[in-house]
Parts: sequence; C-alpha cells; structure tokens
Amino acid sequence: MSDLLARPVAARPSHPARAALTRPRTWVWAVAGLVLAAFPFYLDRFWLQAGLFAMAAAIGAIGINLLTGATGQLSMGHAFFLAVGAYGYCLFAGDGKDGLAGLGLPGWLAAVAAVALAGLAGGVFSPIAGRLRGAYLGIATLALIFIGQHVLFNAHDLTGGFNGRAVPPLSLFGITFDDSELLVAQIPFGSAEKLWYLGLVLLLAGALFARGVLRGRPGRAMNAIRDHRIAAGVMGIPVARYRAAVFVLSSMYAGLAGVLLALVFQRTVPEYFGMMLSLEYLAMIVIGGLGSVAGAVVGGVFVSLLPQLLNRYSDVLPLVSAPGTGGIAPGEAARYLYGAAVVAVVLFLPGGLVRPATRKPKRTAQPSHSSGEER
Amino acid sequence: MTTFAELLLNGVSLGSIYALIALGFVVIFRATEVVNFAHASLLLAGGYFTAVLHDTIGFWPALLAGIAGAALVGAAVEFLVMRRYRGSDHSVLAIVTIGVDILLATELTRRIGTDILSLGDPWGDAVVTLGPVSIAETRIAAFLAAALLITAFLLAFRHTSWGVAMRAAAENQETAALMGIRLGRVSIGAWAVAGGLAAVAALFLTVFPTPGLERSTSLAAMKAFPAAILGGLDSTTGALVGGLLVGVTESLATGYQGDLTFLGRGIGDLAPYLVMVAVLLIRPAGLFGTKELARV
Repeated sequence: MSDLLARPVAARPSHPARAALTRPRTWVWAVAGLVLAAFPFYLDRFWLQAGLFAMAAAIGAIGINLLTGATGQLSMGHAFFLAVGAYGYCLFAGDGKDGLAGLGLPGWLAAVAAVALAGLAGGVFSPIAGRLRGAYLGIATLALIFIGQHVLFNAHDLTGGFNGRAVPPLSLFGITFDDSELLVAQIPFGSAEKLWYLGLVLLLAGALFARGVLRGRPGRAMNAIRDHRIAAGVMGIPVARYRAAVFVLSSMYAGLAGVLLALVFQRTVPEYFGMMLSLEYLAMIVIGGLGSVAGAVVGGVFVSLLPQLLNRYSDVLPLVSAPGTGGIAPGEAARYLYGAAVVAVVLFLPGGLVRPATRKPKRTAQPSHSSGEER
Repeated sequence: MTTFAELLLNGVSLGSIYALIALGFVVIFRATEVVNFAHASLLLAGGYFTAVLHDTIGFWPALLAGIAGAALVGAAVEFLVMRRYRGSDHSVLAIVTIGVDILLATELTRRIGTDILSLGDPWGDAVVTLGPVSIAETRIAAFLAAALLITAFLLAFRHTSWGVAMRAAAENQETAALMGIRLGRVSIGAWAVAGGLAAVAALFLTVFPTPGLERSTSLAAMKAFPAAILGGLDSTTGALVGGLLVGVTESLATGYQGDLTFLGRGIGDLAPYLVMVAVLLIRPAGLFGTKELARV
C-alpha cells in the first residue's frame, strides 16, 4: 500500500533542482551563458567593446524600464544619473595625482559608492519625482540634463571640464581590469576581455534583481500605479512614496551603467551625457518592450549595437558613408533607424520586440483589420 | 539701473517668444492630451525652410513659406503618426513624439551641419535708443509680433467656431464628438497652428543678437518646455506668464553673470530650468494649471 502511494510521488521530480533540469529553458540559458562566457577567447577587441557597451546600456535600460515601463513615469534625466555614476566612480577612485579631486578609495568601494551617489541624486529629486506623473515628470527631468551638463562643464575640479577625466582602473580579487596583459589559456586578456566577465555578472545580477522587484509585491504596486493611480491609492499603495522609490532605484541602475561605461571608455567626457543619450535610453525600452526586464535588455543591445555595426560595415552598406564624407554618417543612419523603430513599434507592436504576440483584445477580435494595418 | 532696464526689456521680448512656442505646445496638449516632445524640431523645421528660401524668393514670402512648412510638418506628424495609434495611453504617445523628434532632429541637424544660416530678416543689427536705454530693433519686432499673434490666437480661441471646437474637445473629448465636433480636424488643426507659431518663434530666436539658425537653436527652443510646465500645461495664460518668467530670468541671469561667476559660465541657459524646478517644488501643477481632482 505504501508502495503504491509512493510511486506517483517518485514519478514527479522530487527536488526543485532536478525539476529545473528537465525544463528546456534551463538548457537554453546554460548554453547561452557558456557561449557568452566563451566570447573573449574568440572575438577581437571591437566586438568585445561593442558587447560591453550593450551590457552597460542594458543595465541602464533595465533601470529606466522600471520607472517608465513598469510605473508609467517618463524620465528624460537618465543621462544625468549615468553621468553621476561615471564621474562619481572617478571621484571616489581617483588618487588626486592628475590635479582633480579624488578620494583614492579602492576600486570596488568606489563603484559601490558611485552607485549610492546616483541613488542619492535621485533621492534629492524625489520631491518632484514623487508628485509629478507621466509626461509632466518627463519635462521636469529635462532640467536634470541641463543642470548635469552645466556642472560637468563648469565644476572643473571634480569633472575635468571639457576634457573630462581619466578613469582609474578597477581592481577586484587581485585582478586589475586594465590593459596589463594576463594570459588565460594562451589568450592575452586585456581590459575588454576582463571587463566582459564583470559586465556579464553585473548584468545578470541587475536583471535578476529587477525581475524580483517586478514579480513581487513592489512590481504589482508599480503596475497598479501605472494603470490606475487613484485605484492604486485607494488600495493602500503609497503612490508618491513608490514613485520616489522607483525613481531612486532607476537612478541607481543608471549609476551602475555609468560606472561600467566609464570603465570601458577609460575616459569620461561631458558631451556624451547629453540629451541624446536620454532619448536613446527611452528608445531602447520602447523598442524592446515596456515594463519587462527582457525588453530592456533586447532594446539596450539593439540601440547600442546599431551604430557600431553600421560604423563597422559602412563601406559595404548602401546609403551609409564614412563620417565626414558628406553622405549619411553611420551614427545618423542609426538614429534614423531607431527613431523610426520607436514610432513603428508603438504603432504596430505595442508589446515591443520581446512580446510580438501580445495584442489588445480589441485587435484579436478583428484579425483582418489589424493585419491590414501592419503593412 | 540702465542695464537693468535693458535686460528687463530684452527679457520681456525673449519671453514673449518663449510664450509663443509654449502656446503651441499647450494647444496641442489641450486638444489631444499629448505632450509633444518634438516641438523643438518643428521650430527648427520652420526656421530651416525660411533660411533656405529667403535668398530666392525674398524674406517675407520665405517667412510665410516657413510658417506653412512647419504647419505642414506638424499636420503630417499628426496625420501619419499620432492618428494611427490605437491605444489610449497618452504617455506612450509622448514617447512616440520622442521618436518623431529623433527623426526630425537628425534630418535637420544633418542638413544644417555646422553652418550658421541667416534668415535674411530686414532688421539687421539696428538699435533703437529710448533715452538712456538702447534696445535692438529685432527685440521690438519680436515683442510686437508675439503680442499680435498671441492676441489674435486668444481671440480666435474664444470667438471663432474653430476655437469653440478646440475648447470643447479639451473639456471632454467624448461629449464634443457626440456634439458633432470632428476630433480629427481639431487635433490636426492644433498641430498645424503649433507648427506655424513655432516657425515665427524660430525667426525671432535666430535674429540679432543671436548669430543665426544652427544646430543648437533647438536647445534654445527647448526652454519653452519649462515655460509651459511652470505656467501649467493646460493653461494658455500659464504659457504666457511662464514664457515671460523664463525670458526675464534668462536675460537677467545672462546679463549679471559677471556677478554670478561662482555659478559657472552659461548660467543664463540654465536659469529657466532652475526656476521650473523651484516652482514645481511649491506647486506641482504649475502656476495656473488646474489641480487634478478626480471623482471615483
């Protein structure tokens, strides 16, 4: 009798780890992880750097997707928080030898402090971030970009002004992430190869954390605020506090992306952190898919790889010519493409690239109508 | 004291231009509830048309062509993009305008390149002297043109059937539609008007003492955003007051920047945004915006 009872239990995988092994998804992830981990052994520096930019962009995009996609709060100030992260890292890690302010903290501590600083900057803005909704906040956060640019160009002791400042390399567990070569399996590992793994770990951690936030209680609250603010308030969600908190969290993600970008660039310049960068981040999440972590990552990779790919292959692509020769430069071509992608995705694929199947109920009722429109 | 008076006059003139831009922005918002982030690009488009055409057809026809061109671009954006959106979430539409802005701004900055284009205005760098105060003719023309256009607009808004339709649509879209107002026409009209106003503003943003139309003109145009929001996004009065406030602040901060060196160079360009943040801290709905009340 007990044997009979035990059998169905034994037929089900009893251990959660074993259950995971039988799902195809786990295997897909494992293979993808292995492939990504193998890249530094096979790809050259250009591709690794492009990949690192994509990872940094994906981290930043996750942050703004928590704010704009999941909570419905538009932010044009993301570039500002990226700048806070990047320059904050330089400030905390710098040794002051180049005549600019520097606290000389160890690299890892400086990175953590820079992320915290970005969060703090977001917190300072929270009286506004908590009270304004949607597109209103979008305009208000324009101020951050201009304030940021002003400070970056003028606070010479902190930021190095127009010329920017050099980024001190990070060292972690005895490995210094600079161009001192390290031989791994006969492959020389420079900064790009080493940072690749750091970027992967940071992206994975950031994505998992954001997924946890979105799937848990806070995520429900954020979506409720986006979908119906008053109903959310009536249900007992402290709307202003949530908005402010998400704003802080999103600026910390931006700060982390900024630190990674600074490490990849090895020099931070103020021009980069302008208006266009903020627009790029908004384009990323719209193209990838609003409100999901996967959407942010896909969009981040798409928008940040596009100009680099066009640049690399500008001589074989039609209509695109090398910068300075009068035709459409690769950077501009990329902007046309993702500008158009933003418009097209919102009009025809409201779920973004990651959820092409999502349709509003109204649309599924009239399939012929919607398919006719997509042409 | 003379400096102060000059700065104040310049500020009022500049502010009336910002008010013109902000007015268009507010009109679009009231008619369609869309925050139009592509507004600066509309302005750049109007300026560009005028700049390209004035050599061949003369200044005044070129200005008219610029106004018509910007109005057409605005109408085209509404017709080709905004109208195709089937959802109901207006903040998503705001993001669409960002996409449109990326497209328009990329195209226009690519065409303008590093050039500084003149719009061929008849005033040049002439200066009028009133007692001890001297002020550029362009500033006077700017103020007069803005005042004229704003008055005409407000009268039309109040007394013509177009204005009534616009206000009804702003009040309640559904009821307005049931009363026979064609919302499509209202919204395309709003976009066209906003484009036209922006084109006039483009002229006065690029005349003396500014060097001319260049890439960064859209940055100057962006100061109309704080003007619109600090006045209250849904209020035409707010747009006027906000515009003047922003213009005067900018003019004073630029004029006295010698005394404000501790704040760094170029504080004048930043001042509008600082004012906006300060106002929003105290009044989140802007100075004249309707506080949002909701019945559940």
